[in-house]
Amino acid sequence: METMTKEQDPSNHQDAEQAAGPAAGDEPVSDPQPAGEVLVEVADLFKHYGPIKAVDGISMTVRRGDILGFMGPNGAGKTTAMRILTGFLAPDSGSVRVCGHDISSDSLAARQRIGYLPENAPAYGEMTVTGFLEFVAEARGVADIDSAVSRVIGLAELRKVKHQTIETLSKGFKRRVGLAQALIHDPEVLILDEPTDGLDPNQKAVVQDLISSLSKDKCIILSTHILDEVERVCNRAMIISQGKLLVDSTPKELIRRAPGHNVVVLQLSEDPGALAAKIQDAEWCDVVEASDRTLTIYPKNGESRLSEILELAKGSGLESVEQQEGRLDDLFRQTTQGVSR
Amino acid sequence: MSSSSRFTGLKSIFKRELKGYFSTPLGYIFIVIFLVASGWLTVSRDFGRFLELRQAGLDPFFTYVPWLFVVLVPAVAMRLWAEERKTGTVELLFTLPVTLEASYLGKFLAGWSFLGFSLLLTWPLIWQVARLGEPDWGVLFTGYLGCFLLAGVYLAIGMLFSAITKNQVVAFILGTTVTVLFLLVGLPQSLEFVGNYLGGYAEQVLLALSVTDHFETLTRGLMELGSIFFFLAFTAGWLICGMLALDRVKAS
Repeated sequence: METMTKEQDPSNHQDAEQAAGPAAGDEPVSDPQPAGEVLVEVADLFKHYGPIKAVDGISMTVRRGDILGFMGPNGAGKTTAMRILTGFLAPDSGSVRVCGHDISSDSLAARQRIGYLPENAPAYGEMTVTGFLEFVAEARGVADIDSAVSRVIGLAELRKVKHQTIETLSKGFKRRVGLAQALIHDPEVLILDEPTDGLDPNQKAVVQDLISSLSKDKCIILSTHILDEVERVCNRAMIISQGKLLVDSTPKELIRRAPGHNVVVLQLSEDPGALAAKIQDAEWCDVVEASDRTLTIYPKNGESRLSEILELAKGSGLESVEQQEGRLDDLFRQTTQGVSR
Repeated sequence: MSSSSRFTGLKSIFKRELKGYFSTPLGYIFIVIFLVASGWLTVSRDFGRFLELRQAGLDPFFTYVPWLFVVLVPAVAMRLWAEERKTGTVELLFTLPVTLEASYLGKFLAGWSFLGFSLLLTWPLIWQVARLGEPDWGVLFTGYLGCFLLAGVYLAIGMLFSAITKNQVVAFILGTTVTVLFLLVGLPQSLEFVGNYLGGYAEQVLLALSVTDHFETLTRGLMELGSIFFFLAFTAGWLICGMLALDRVKAS
């Protein structure tokens, strides 16, 4: 895991892309990302709550076009980090620059460029959807409030409920109101704290599609502990645990590195013993597990060895072959459980 | 885009808050309770004895307003920050390009305007006084000014307690307790007690800090600049303490 630990290295994003390129094997690991302009720069961020290190030396740069998924167990420091990024909390030390504006010394200008959906999408329940969006637009100094409000009502599909008070809305609609308010000034940086947490699968899909559709000219940082969401929505993934940034990579690269990637499972019509011994002798093979009529083959370094395996398995009564993908869950667990305080 | 200053966003916060008083039943309930209670205390034979006094003045009203405000103003103040912190909207508010000072003052000014509006709704009392006799308009004016300034002090005190707790009931109790204390220290009995035990100097200090004394100066018809300044400075002091406190605890 050490190779992936790149805290306090401002250039780690490019490193991750380079690592993902040539070493990727048989499939492209990530789409080559245009090196967009840097919109968020975080350097050596620390935040303590008493003895607890909520954020422990995080540095990163986020560029236009990035959809960065912030993963980590509960209490890992995701929310604290996002609160510092948005200027709600002051860090103990370190700096955050948003579009060139320091979040502490030039706070209003930096905040002007951020759209933020806090955890659980808080909103003033007694206000109507339209009234609330108008308030946020006015407080943000949006020039044409009416057109901004109708634009985000369209984007977040809130037309049906726009005259309802927010406290009467379902969770999914409330979340969309939160997204709409974050988008009202068309910000360059969008920070979303668990945007799909607690939503049903349909509502999740709606919110995820909305996020994907927004990404082109912005940078989006979202936190989640739903790992599928990172795979579906993000083009960059970070794992944070106990305030430390452990992994900064792309979702595809993470899958490649996940334990169990390219594991091949063979179903045979005859006893697998002989074949198991043959495969075990191959220099690329790490472990072979044989049971009844099933062989599970773990290639070294998670590399794809399907063609070699099929070559060796000729004439062994092969019934089915399955090559597995790495599971983000496993990598997540492996990464975050290994950290000691 | 709005220009950046210390008070960027004050106007939009003020507007939202003021509208809030009239978009929920809370504001109307407050007004009804205030008008009924103040009217009853003024006219009642057991309290204000407005009719029995046969004077064209509102002394009975001004006597009881400070005590009514002790309960009613903290009730207005209690939700101002406690609710924001409880529901998490404080995070939304403070990540808007709005300064803490602007949000705090915006809320305060909206609340104060609402209280001023409630005071204006007691106009039938003035009308009756004018109908029944020849009132001293100067006394009425300074009296109402005193009530308005007093409301501002109480609101600033209540807001500080609303800022430091997420629990509205706790904010209300603390606000009421402290405002009552500031009324009590100005009573002759308390002043005499302190004077006897700590000496005349302590008594003078207490008197200078007493809300009651400055309030009575105004209701007696004296347009004393010192008293007006006292109210404004006292309010500002509580507001500044409240802002400092809120900045410390906003995220907890």
